[in-house]
Amino acid sequence: MAALTTKNIGGFLARQGIIVAFVLFMIGFALANDRFITMDNIFGVIRSSAILGVMALGVTFVVIGGNLDLSVGSMMSFSTIVVLDLHDKLGPALGIPAMYGMTLALGAFIGFLVGYLKLNSLIVTLGMLSAIHGLTLTYSGGKNMDIADKEGTWFGIFGQGSILGVPVPILIFALLAVVLSMVLAKTPFGRKVYAVGGNGMAATFSGVPRARVVFMTYLISAFCVATAGLIQASRSLGSQNTVGQGMELEVLAAVILGGASLLGGSGTVFKTVIGVLILGFIQNGLLLVGLEFYVQYVVTWVIIILAVWLDIAAKRGRLLSPIA
Amino acid sequence: MTKDTRANLVKQGAIWAFIVVELIFFTVAGNFMSVSEQSFIDFDNMLLLLKQSAPIGIIALGMTIIMINGNIDLSVGATFALSAIVLLDSMTWPIFAGLGDWVIPVSWTLALLTGVVLGAINGLIVWKTGVDAFIVTLGAMLGYRGLVFMYNGEQPTSHLNWTLVDFAEAQFLGLHTATWFLLGTALVLWLVMTKTVHGRNAYAIGNNREAAVNAGIRVGPHFLLNFMLIGFLAALSAVVFYSESGSVNPNDGMLYELWAITAVVLGGTKLTGGYGSIVSTLGGVIAIQLLRKGLGHIGADTETVNLVIGLILIAVLFLDRQLNRKGKEELKI
Repeated sequence: MAALTTKNIGGFLARQGIIVAFVLFMIGFALANDRFITMDNIFGVIRSSAILGVMALGVTFVVIGGNLDLSVGSMMSFSTIVVLDLHDKLGPALGIPAMYGMTLALGAFIGFLVGYLKLNSLIVTLGMLSAIHGLTLTYSGGKNMDIADKEGTWFGIFGQGSILGVPVPILIFALLAVVLSMVLAKTPFGRKVYAVGGNGMAATFSGVPRARVVFMTYLISAFCVATAGLIQASRSLGSQNTVGQGMELEVLAAVILGGASLLGGSGTVFKTVIGVLILGFIQNGLLLVGLEFYVQYVVTWVIIILAVWLDIAAKRGRLLSPIA
Repeated sequence: MTKDTRANLVKQGAIWAFIVVELIFFTVAGNFMSVSEQSFIDFDNMLLLLKQSAPIGIIALGMTIIMINGNIDLSVGATFALSAIVLLDSMTWPIFAGLGDWVIPVSWTLALLTGVVLGAINGLIVWKTGVDAFIVTLGAMLGYRGLVFMYNGEQPTSHLNWTLVDFAEAQFLGLHTATWFLLGTALVLWLVMTKTVHGRNAYAIGNNREAAVNAGIRVGPHFLLNFMLIGFLAALSAVVFYSESGSVNPNDGMLYELWAITAVVLGGTKLTGGYGSIVSTLGGVIAIQLLRKGLGHIGADTETVNLVIGLILIAVLFLDRQLNRKGKEELKI
């Protein structure tokens, strides 16, 4: 067992640190409060993380492709408002596909700007954050959107229903995670996403259609956002215009926590799911031990920086940066 | 005049040309569409516009330096809120009870100090850990917001000091106090960026960090100094704004970072670092505020403003790329 030197253990901790931290947190909270590890609580946490989680799955693709997406929050507000409005105007069976179509159109627009026109993704999606927010407000006239007949609709199933005792949002999250994980890990397209994010120029010279791949990552992100909007709308059957505000950065935090590099080319769907669950369980654990919800912000801050720092430190082989 | 400097002049003039276009458009359109009799280019209206640009403007000026240096700061909104809470709360602390109105400079100092310390934390982490500033300040945005909530729960923090309100509402030579702070900040930062070693090094680091290191520039201390500077400016912005309003909600300042970055980018500063100017950012700030006021003036809904600003931001990015493309970037893929 020569492998068990201090250096190797340190390397393992740094590489798989996020999973180790996750396990430690779970054990700690389980010891502190017996309600934490009950089935009810675990389902509750995953169900409330599902909306953030579904969005994070899509953003993982964008980030691995070497870009950012800051527009997912306001895009989620948009799809929530649109689907609630169309529910009453067209009926849910037509309204849901129509909402998906409109959200995908927004995603395609961003994908066109970033992929084909090669504009900086941070600024494009920052601009779209503002523009889509304006679009949502114009669409709704600034008012809250509510379903007229809340009792007589089957629309609530996506957010409130459960199949075989498992809440539907969890099923959607899990299904999407498995499918997207397959797409990223097992298909040629998935490999191209890594190639484009890892070294765009090398990918281009190897014949990978960079523009189309980036375009597709934004379409996937928009699809996930539409799904998140559907869950959100179905859960509450009514919504404010600002329901997704600020979520773009939380989503990004979950993706980074999962170990995806902002420079692109690394990260996996599975790790993003872990990142989402860590955020969810920390929030829940801190509440259960009697702390206010905002303590989690401070804890998240420390965890994000430690996680990324250890990751970088393991790669360069020393703790402190070589910056003079 | 060489070709390069002429191109630079065109670029730096673009934002001011845009402002002139806005003024003409809203004046003409206002004649037909406005609900009020008042003309758009009203002197008082313009003074108010400058005053309203001050809070975001002061932050955006600091963001310019951070971005010229090749970094970004997403935590300014939370720093703004925490400094505001320290400002208002410290005025009610029992130890300062005997000071009377002399508590004002003390509270100001404490608030500004808060900003500097928060900025220094970010700067030190960026320097010592080597983690990208985007991630560090993204984390800090959450963390500092958590501190804001921990200070006073979800309750607003309020304290009105009438001497302070009088000071904040005063007009000196016609301009409001907030405007003076905005212009003063712009002047000082312009001097820093164009006349000092620190400014020159900030450009050099942003332009090519490796070359700067090889030239013997110590990158870390410049990062630290710039983050302390933007922390200070976020706090200054809070001081200017909350001296007048006297009440801060724990959610105040949210998304300020994005508005500030929008103004900086409109002013032509490059996200990749090494290029940008304080004066152009001032133009960007004024252009956005003009747009807000102008759209309101011609009777457009406030929601249209977000839409228009977002699309303009993308259009600017596109135009900038098209203009720069010839020659320089043709070789890059």
